[in-house]
Amino acid sequence: MASRTVAKDIITLRGSAAIVSEFFGYAANSILYNRGVYPEESFAKVKKYGLPMLLTQDEGVKSFIASLTAQLSEWLESGKLQRIVLVIMSKATNEVLERWNFSIETDGEVVEKGVSREKSDKEIMREIQAIMRQIASSITYLPCLDEPCVFDVLAYTDKDVAIPFTWIESDPKLIANPQMVKLHSFDTKIHKVDTLVSYKNDEWDEQ
Amino acid sequence: MLSPPPPPLSLSLSSVMDAGSVGSSYKSSSRCPLQEQFLQRKNNRENLDRFIPNRAAMDFDYAHYMLTEARKGKENPAVSSPSRDAYRKKLAETFNMNRTRILAFKNKPPTTIDPIPQELLSSYNPQTKTTKPRRHIRQSCERTLDAPDIVDDFYLNLLDWGSSNVLAIALENTVYLWDASNGSTSELVTIDEESGPVTSVSWAPDGRHVAIGLNNSHVQLWDSTANKQLRTLRGGHRQRVGSLAWNNHILTTGGMDGKIINNDVRVRSHIVEIYRGHQQEVCGLKWSASGQQLASGGNDNLLYIWDRSVAASNAPTQWLHRLEEHSAAVKALAWCPFQGNLLASGGGGGDHSIKFWNTHTGACLNSVNTGSQVCALLWNKNERELLSSHGFSQNQLILWKYPSMVKMAELTGHTSRVLYMAQSPDGCTVASAAGDETLRFWNVFGTPEVAKPAPKATNPEPFANVNRIR
Repeated sequence: MASRTVAKDIITLRGSAAIVSEFFGYAANSILYNRGVYPEESFAKVKKYGLPMLLTQDEGVKSFIASLTAQLSEWLESGKLQRIVLVIMSKATNEVLERWNFSIETDGEVVEKGVSREKSDKEIMREIQAIMRQIASSITYLPCLDEPCVFDVLAYTDKDVAIPFTWIESDPKLIANPQMVKLHSFDTKIHKVDTLVSYKNDEWDEQ
Repeated sequence: MLSPPPPPLSLSLSSVMDAGSVGSSYKSSSRCPLQEQFLQRKNNRENLDRFIPNRAAMDFDYAHYMLTEARKGKENPAVSSPSRDAYRKKLAETFNMNRTRILAFKNKPPTTIDPIPQELLSSYNPQTKTTKPRRHIRQSCERTLDAPDIVDDFYLNLLDWGSSNVLAIALENTVYLWDASNGSTSELVTIDEESGPVTSVSWAPDGRHVAIGLNNSHVQLWDSTANKQLRTLRGGHRQRVGSLAWNNHILTTGGMDGKIINNDVRVRSHIVEIYRGHQQEVCGLKWSASGQQLASGGNDNLLYIWDRSVAASNAPTQWLHRLEEHSAAVKALAWCPFQGNLLASGGGGGDHSIKFWNTHTGACLNSVNTGSQVCALLWNKNERELLSSHGFSQNQLILWKYPSMVKMAELTGHTSRVLYMAQSPDGCTVASAAGDETLRFWNVFGTPEVAKPAPKATNPEPFANVNRIR
């Protein structure tokens, strides 16, 4: 075991897809918690990525995220997922207030030829940890969401992906003239995930 | 080199062996055959060796396209002819920009925010939801006018704002009119030295006639449009007339002699009734909106409520209530515009309190210590708010929320006690005159635009609607 952690770990396409989709599950939970989309008391603390992470205990949200990550890993394994976007909208007006953008670059050769890559688990975890810390600290600069909000997840896939039964095509739900902050990235050597949050400009500060 | 070496996937080794293929999928049965087909087809066409180096030189997106395109071909085996592939390649290159499909779950995430926050909202949001947006109250005055030689006397009433939007102010012996609609000033009258100074001014409800109380106990009636004196009321008081109040054609005068006299200005013998109760100067005098009750305050620290029906009857006392709770002169009086029998009264130096009365029962509803003498009181006609003006030490105006009596704003600017206050006809602007010889205008009660719809709601009479229907 000790020798394995020192050495580079072998990462397969499937393993990488699992890391990325799991990452997205935790990231989504963290965003929903930190941005107050769901009440604080509906989250429970777990240890993950060497950090205390919060996971929703709400059955509805839980199953939404679970079925989401299941579908995401399927797409990730086929290399057809380009981007995942978590959108936070005003419940009352449906106006898009924040977009959490996770761009995914897939190593085509791995998908094509089924080769594997090497990277230490520890290193990947450290990279993910940095992103999670950034998500948690994002509340310091993001505008306050002082109205009830809802969220949605958009998956940007290749054009040829057959739309699963439970999915529909959507508009990109863009924010006009957004403010953008780039967060850290992580790379499994198969999937590279770039994180970026864009949010509605707070006009109040402009004046 | 022809076929890529089997990937060192630990899990997939067995499946690779079983299938004898180089497919990377080791589990998904739906994908596995497709993958195999893909590779087999390539093998059939013997172009794998060319394909791989080409792809290495190509950009990733294109490679991606190739990969996925190949799959489609497998799903429709009929269309996998070389010419079609070439065409498709071309087509894909053309549409390279539009390769993305945006998908979202049909079932939206639950808005579990509903059950709990709804309760939270009902407990903390109503303040922001049901009430109008908090209005900004300017802490400084809108305008300052000079009021030279204004008599700095707590017991007088030298400022009134008429229904025709003209402000009357008495400066020593002269009464000036300031038209608030155009800002023009005119002199109404200058009283001769021996009769003056002017001790009170009051506009009749028509906004045309002005009553002027004098130091020599006379009261003059003036037509402001014709700038002409109509008559002089004399013989009622023996000392100066410091307070005036109109009730239709009845002009009530309060004198230093403690007498309150109802004068019918239409008839020759104008004295209708004399209310005797105060032992000292009457300095506050206000009729209720219904015209049924009169509140009077005096230097004897007493507040009287007079009712016309009681006064006319043979009751042992003329007054309805004699209220002794104030410990200093009662000058500031204001009838609540939205509650017919609610009166606010303010005590002078040494008392410092604003008291609220139910004038039907005579009960004191509330008393608030303001920390300073109360010179004048005004209700906001549009909101449940009360404005008070004060003397030493801040000489400020305080806006109170009613009935909580939370201070909403303190307006400072005057450098001496704010003796007199008057409200514009639209109820929004307040004029204040102080011993510092200035007249200041404050926009404390909101803007006229906001104010317009509100007066409908504040109906002092409970059955006024019924009357209107008939």
